[in-house]
Amino acid sequence: MLTRRIIPCLDVKDNRVVKGINFLNLRDAGDPVELGARYSDTGADELVFLDITATIRSRKTIVELVEKVAENVFIPFTVGGGIQTVEQIDELLRSGAEKVSVNTAAVENPNLLAEAARRFGNQCVVLAIDARRSKDRPGKWQVCVKAGSEPTDIDVVEWAARGEELGAGEILLTSMDADGTKAGYDNELNKAVTDAVNIPVIASGGAGTLEHLYDAIVDGGADAVLMASITHFENYNITQMKEYLRDRGIPVNL
Amino acid sequence: MIVVIDYNVGNVKSVCNAFQYIGCEVELSREPRAIENATGIVLPGVAAFGYAISALGSLAELIKEVALSGKPLLGICVGYQMLFETSSEYGRHEGLGLLGGGVVPIPPGRVIPHMGWNLVKLPDDMDLFNGLAKEKHFYFAHSFCADVADARAKIAYTDYGFDLAASVQKANIYGTQFHPEKSGKAGLKVLHNFYDICKREAQ
Repeated sequence: MLTRRIIPCLDVKDNRVVKGINFLNLRDAGDPVELGARYSDTGADELVFLDITATIRSRKTIVELVEKVAENVFIPFTVGGGIQTVEQIDELLRSGAEKVSVNTAAVENPNLLAEAARRFGNQCVVLAIDARRSKDRPGKWQVCVKAGSEPTDIDVVEWAARGEELGAGEILLTSMDADGTKAGYDNELNKAVTDAVNIPVIASGGAGTLEHLYDAIVDGGADAVLMASITHFENYNITQMKEYLRDRGIPVNL
Repeated sequence: MIVVIDYNVGNVKSVCNAFQYIGCEVELSREPRAIENATGIVLPGVAAFGYAISALGSLAELIKEVALSGKPLLGICVGYQMLFETSSEYGRHEGLGLLGGGVVPIPPGRVIPHMGWNLVKLPDDMDLFNGLAKEKHFYFAHSFCADVADARAKIAYTDYGFDLAASVQKANIYGTQFHPEKSGKAGLKVLHNFYDICKREAQ
């Protein structure tokens, strides 16, 4: 049986790890290579690196960063942020990443998911979705793009199902409402998406306590939980998270 | 010096990075001379079987020859699958035939690919797992698996709704379906054990 996964997320800006609240008010959390190596060493199951500036200038920096990370990180890691073409995906996979996540570009050109899955296999392709509760349609969420700055009319649950059809191997689902608040994951959102797809869903946004992780897995149906604030600033370490889950009957790699 | 076979299939650098990290001299190469002089050979692989075996080309014979001469050989993922006789991934392909058995699709009725961390039961008599507990988690990412039919092979299994061969050893020939280079500390220990085996055999 596969274990549920604990995945620290490193948002990278100007070669530093940063963390904000609701995608704003960024705070410095350290050096990405150092932090990545520390997580690899202390039992994280995977890592996610997101280039949150994602400009043309930062593109080269992120490839160099991936190479450095790969020299020090001996667990699988995903890279995302501003990726638009299969060539960019190829470059990142060759630099040492196991998976690449796409967000805005997949909304603008859904065929990118299909092309990437055909060329690299769907296990390499992660569809990242930034979700916000819809004000007009209660109980629904809308897809937001461009680092969450632009809401669209697309329904999150429908988009996730379509993403799976197109070839995504995994969904990284971030609740913008919960992000950085440490008030818990949006498990209504997680449940709605995990019920609609057969691929693994990584719950993201809102982790503040160990119980939140458990709830995302049990109530939200998540295969993996992603967190940043609670681990970068050392409220909890990876072992504490896993022991807590193990003691409550969740299979983990401990 | 351990030689990691360079044959243009995906992420081979990660394997070199991991050996370097544990203090082992390693070279990424496809030069016959380097392969002949190596203390051990690693056959990595992130690709479809057919693509990988054709990318290996004439190196296949040489690898077989050095393995049969007793040099330690470690196959990883598709590199492990290539140690067997045949594969049915997108057509029928011949493997190196160093291990008896074939590579077949993971039986339906479960999520495929088998991707993530799974618990492997580690037999006492497999050198690759020296110094590790009785069972450990390793990282898997694959859709096909080996159906081992080799009376002389020792096998470590993982449970994926059936007994999946996670690692095989026959004399100097070793293989892991999982990725030791991406399996954290336990994976690095497996690579270190292979390094120790190579040093021991070179004496």
